[in-house]
Amino acid sequence: MKKGTAKTVRVFAIELALYTVLVVIYFFLVLHLLGQWLYELEIHHRYTYAGIAILLIIGQAILLESLTTFLMRLIRGRFA
Amino acid sequence: MFFPISGAHISPIYLAIVGFVIGILGGFFGVGGSFIAGPALRLAGLDWNFAVGTDLAHIVGKSVVAARRHRALGNVDLRLGSIMALGTIGGAEVGAQAIQMLKRAGNVNLVVSIVSIVVYVSIAIFMLWESRKTLRLEKGRAQRGLVKGGKSKKDYSAFGPVTRAIQKVKIWPMVALPTSGIAAISLWMILLVAFVGGLFSGFLGGGAGYIRMPSMVYVLGIPTHLAVGTDLFEIIISASYGTFSHAVKGNVDILIALVMHTGAVIGAQIGVIATQYFAGPKIRLAFVPLPLIGAAIVIYTMISGHKL
Repeated sequence: MKKGTAKTVRVFAIELALYTVLVVIYFFLVLHLLGQWLYELEIHHRYTYAGIAILLIIGQAILLESLTTFLMRLIRGRFA
Repeated sequence: MFFPISGAHISPIYLAIVGFVIGILGGFFGVGGSFIAGPALRLAGLDWNFAVGTDLAHIVGKSVVAARRHRALGNVDLRLGSIMALGTIGGAEVGAQAIQMLKRAGNVNLVVSIVSIVVYVSIAIFMLWESRKTLRLEKGRAQRGLVKGGKSKKDYSAFGPVTRAIQKVKIWPMVALPTSGIAAISLWMILLVAFVGGLFSGFLGGGAGYIRMPSMVYVLGIPTHLAVGTDLFEIIISASYGTFSHAVKGNVDILIALVMHTGAVIGAQIGVIATQYFAGPKIRLAFVPLPLIGAAIVIYTMISGHKL
């Protein structure tokens, strides 16, 4: 394996490991707490649920993309 | 993990892995990945209506990530994407209404399964024929010294003469798409392509990139790299609308979509970076097995009788 490729794979592996830890914490803190509330909302207030569902998925996309970009910069700064 | 909205028990690791794989495909091909996600959610035990709606919600998030990356690479035509969003929303609503009709009739699973198999196989056969023919033509041109080496976003298609004939249709109003290198094309042609894509999006789920990405290349004449990026941008708008529409009808489990999306974030970024290393016809050729995999999974669920 070329030296540059090996470095990229190592950086990616570290990023993936850190990301996995953070996402597992996120699962338990956010999704577990939101579950019951979203379930009630889905039954009683469908339109509000629909709007919140879109906001949640877009918000999570921006949050996680920023997180991966931050992790990549952080790890490249340390290991590159 | 128990998901109370759909009442399903699904492993979050399974969902994250499915999201990761679909993320790579989405970032690379500009598709929502519903031909994999829909059947994969069905295999996990979700009904088709929940699989369709939940997959749409997941696609919104994944497309936000991939489109942001493609925009940074100059692969997004904002004007084209905005126009297409209008047509897609109209088509998606018609498709979602068709799903509701089938739900009431009680045969939603059977009809959606058969339609999806026919559509997936047709797309795969057509793209296999076109991309192989284009690669052969390019090889011939290269041998005659007509094509220089190097990577360019302008690409060739064996379907080119038909595309140029379509571009010559002068139905007012005409629209210029300078980012995509098109001097003038009928607005109605763009809306028609988007409407058909939206129809399949609402009916079969996902962003219908498996219809729209090839249509943008073959019908509108958009270079493949730009079609991928623009399709993802357009999917954000149309899939958001589709998600809202399906959520109101009780077809979305947002918790499942959020878990799937954690894997898709990483996958989408890998897929976007990979597009820089392949020419348009090779991307289209590599696309061929994807709808076939989707069709195979649907056939398997039909034969095995898994919740059909």
